[in-house]
Amino acid sequence: MIRSVPRSRLFDSLYLAYLVAFFVYLALPLLVTAAFAFNDSPFPSLPWQGFTLDWYLADGSAGRTGLFHDDGLLGALWVSVQIAFWVTLASVALGCVNAVLFERLQFRGKEFLYLLMLLPLVIPGVILGVSILVFYSGMANDVSRLWGLELDVFRPGMTLVVMGQVTFITTLATLVIGARLRKFDPQLEEAALNLGATPLVAWFTVTLPWLMPSIFGAAAMAFLMSFENFNTTVMLTGSDTPLTVALFNRLREGSTPVLNAVALFLMVVSALLALLTMRQSQGR
Amino acid sequence: MTSSAAGRLSLWLLLTPFVLWILLLVLVPHLQMLRVSFQVRESWDSLSWGLDQYQNFFSEAYYWRTFVRTGVMSLFTTFLTLLIAFPIAWYIAKMARGRAKGILFLACLIPFWASELVRTYGWMILLRESGLFSAWLQALGWVDGPVEMLYNDVAVIVGLVYNGLLFMVVPLVTTLDGMDENLVEAGYDLGGGHATVLREIVVPWAMPGVVSGCIVVFMLTLGSYLTPVLMGGKDSAWFTEQIFTQFITRFNWEQGAALGVLLLFLSSLMVWLGLKLSGQSLRKVMG
Amino acid sequence: MTTASDLSCHGLVRRFGRQSAVDHISLDVPAGTFFSILGPSGCGKTTLLRLLAGFDKPDAGDIHIRGQRMNDVPPNRRPVNMVFQHLALFPTMSVGDNIAYGLKRRKVASAERNKRVAKVLEQVGLPGLEHRNPQELSGGQRQRVALARCLVLEPTLLLLDEPLGALDLKLREQMKIELKHLQKQFGTTFVYITHDQSEAMVMSDQVAVMKNGRFDQVAPPEDLYREPATPFVAGFVGDNNQLVGEVVSVRDNLAEIRLEDGEVVRGRVASGGVKAGGRAELYVRPESLVLTGDALNEGYSAMQARVRTTLFDGANSRVEAAKGDQPVYARLPQDGSAPRLTTDGIIRLAWDPMLARVFAAGNP
Ligand SMILES: Nc1ncnc2c1ncn2[C@@H]1O[C@H](COP(=O)(O)OP(=O)(O)OP(=O)(O)O)[C@@H](O)[C@H]1O
Ligand SMILES: [Mg+2]
Repeated sequence: MIRSVPRSRLFDSLYLAYLVAFFVYLALPLLVTAAFAFNDSPFPSLPWQGFTLDWYLADGSAGRTGLFHDDGLLGALWVSVQIAFWVTLASVALGCVNAVLFERLQFRGKEFLYLLMLLPLVIPGVILGVSILVFYSGMANDVSRLWGLELDVFRPGMTLVVMGQVTFITTLATLVIGARLRKFDPQLEEAALNLGATPLVAWFTVTLPWLMPSIFGAAAMAFLMSFENFNTTVMLTGSDTPLTVALFNRLREGSTPVLNAVALFLMVVSALLALLTMRQSQGR
Repeated sequence: MTSSAAGRLSLWLLLTPFVLWILLLVLVPHLQMLRVSFQVRESWDSLSWGLDQYQNFFSEAYYWRTFVRTGVMSLFTTFLTLLIAFPIAWYIAKMARGRAKGILFLACLIPFWASELVRTYGWMILLRESGLFSAWLQALGWVDGPVEMLYNDVAVIVGLVYNGLLFMVVPLVTTLDGMDENLVEAGYDLGGGHATVLREIVVPWAMPGVVSGCIVVFMLTLGSYLTPVLMGGKDSAWFTEQIFTQFITRFNWEQGAALGVLLLFLSSLMVWLGLKLSGQSLRKVMG
Repeated sequence: MTTASDLSCHGLVRRFGRQSAVDHISLDVPAGTFFSILGPSGCGKTTLLRLLAGFDKPDAGDIHIRGQRMNDVPPNRRPVNMVFQHLALFPTMSVGDNIAYGLKRRKVASAERNKRVAKVLEQVGLPGLEHRNPQELSGGQRQRVALARCLVLEPTLLLLDEPLGALDLKLREQMKIELKHLQKQFGTTFVYITHDQSEAMVMSDQVAVMKNGRFDQVAPPEDLYREPATPFVAGFVGDNNQLVGEVVSVRDNLAEIRLEDGEVVRGRVASGGVKAGGRAELYVRPESLVLTGDALNEGYSAMQARVRTTLFDGANSRVEAAKGDQPVYARLPQDGSAPRLTTDGIIRLAWDPMLARVFAAGNP
């Protein structure tokens, strides 16, 4: 089965066929989605009517509204970007702190706390959303009923969405940064102290630069995860819907090539972001 | 490092954000959800304790049937994903060399730069009545009229497996990559056949990766919403849908919380069982 | 402090649980000297060095550097620098930045910094390598960068923790000599840790032999070799043959010892407690042993041994013989003076009793 063990020709060609089928299976839905973003027809289906950029550029005058003139989608995109920004900031910061906590310090109950840290990974996203909704929104309701105070931040909306996403993205960021920190030789910090640096300076000049690639990686991952999240987000969103929820609502009304245009746009942005981080981590 | 007072200070400084996060975003909300699930609303502002929501769940066949169906289909999806992913992971880890290896691995990741919604949408375009498969089959003359391939359980599973593949392939490749090929060679050398070597050497070695992949895929599948809702038919309801309905459509938080607790219970149980049966620990599998 | 002592420690103790890794160590290192601490793996060398550098606190005892008490001074304020066992070059910085790191912390202006970095690189024999990555250097070059990183700060005291351990044999020989030259050139006081006795002997002005957290003996290399103060030093520093037996008599500082097989040998008493009737260990170096036919030098002590094999190694050639079940090594001169040896043949080994050392057995 490995290269050095002899195999039959038949086995090899079957294996190859399987590989090809697998990658076709992977690629087909995305290729099709991307292609129909340019089909000159009001429905994302065959027959092919010719190439057009209408689904990006049309300004509504000819009955078609392209992505770049669709205020609803653009607004949702902006909401998503804001959410992703705050989620990235919060979860990467928390991830750094947690990584140091679990990789560098010794304290009682560390094993138990580490398991708690992993917990959000084994809770379905919907449940994360529901529990936060029940607690915070319920609290806002109670406070309003009992004291007449309006805690609007805890009503479904951007704040709750950010909180819900930070819950599990922090765990992922912690794992990514922690894995890098585990490979750090603590003697380097001692060497810095020995050369006259204070502990704080040693952290910023020696340890942090070492962590930088993983911090970039964690940030890119956090941004993408937040941007693409649906299950947690849908439970917590208010009137300012983020892009995935807006797309979902559109899709239920019926599909138009504008959805394909958005999908392709998202894929390209994600791919660029992923490439950028890969370049970054390879450069070091 | 320096004095123990400074050490304790830094421990508290680092512990505080962690504790706040885990308490305020994970533990307390979930406890509250548990509490709410045992509350019975008598009028709009009076509550009492009771098991009504859970009784509803067991007395209404629709609820628990969906529950069981979701669990079974998730298990099946997980198993199918493992079967499909293993040969791919094996090829990437053990047969491909040099550039091909990196490229194939990246190719596995690329679909997941698109969100679940986009991927599901892609499958809808392919499978629906006016979709590509239908059109191609007609063009080939194999069928007369349009065929509907969407809105059934098979379509749901196709979509779910597609969503889970990445999370299966990556841990498998990682563990298989760490396996010394000499182990396999030694297995053959000592007289093992394909099946024995696979069973006695490869699978035990890959176990942490298998468990980790299975847990993640099962979790994702169980908790997925978009794929079953968009690709499933009238009678392929998913449990998350019911939670959603209770919260968003009916504003019945108590019932929704109870369903949420049940789903959480099911997923924890399955994760626990998976770890126990395979003799792995959560830390080893996830951390 | 009247003498110009750069480092002086008194009664240093560091315990890990019940075990004392450093156990009441006192030492005094004169300015500008090369001081080695020699001991087997796990004897507490690194622990001692970390106490000196300030990464660890002693449970008891004082550390003075240039007469100033250092116990409560944090590591970044101590006038000592350290070359780590695994070098600890910062992987995220270039060679130049590594060397400039300490200067930056002292807020040396950048022009001055660059000048000093270039100069020290030249001194360690790596001119113009500022922009390289540490990972792109060879083992020996990395070694020198680690050294330069400390020397550029002109420390009072440089601590080196087995810095040659990671190098291959040939490079180690070369770096040994080079380190000694660098130390002379910079005039810095070196405290050098090693478990390799040849390193310690070649480079040091003073060597402390360490065992189980204590110093057995502190002396210049030659004294250590000729006048070991304990059986451990005698066995650890240089090759030595050990013979165990019962003391028959002690006369004029010479002890007669009856070995297991009844032969009586003689050697100079080197420790107290060697009394007639007690057990004792006699140490005699391979190069002190001469192969004799029947003719015996006047006053020499002799014994018979069975030849096991000869080990040819040029000028270092030796014969391995057995006395009872104890191996005994003797030098085989390659000038033709050695008799022809056959395996299992019986040879007579003789030595000047003044060159053999007798210690009371069971005396640490
Ligand atoms: N942090 C620690 N906790 C407990 N025991 C320790 C610790 N550091 C060292 N020791 C123990 O102290 C003893 C001395 O260790 P040390 O590292 O000083 O040895 P060493 O002489 O430097 O050895 P080597 O030549 O192998 O580097 C060892 O027995 C070791 O197990
Ligand atoms: Mg050591």
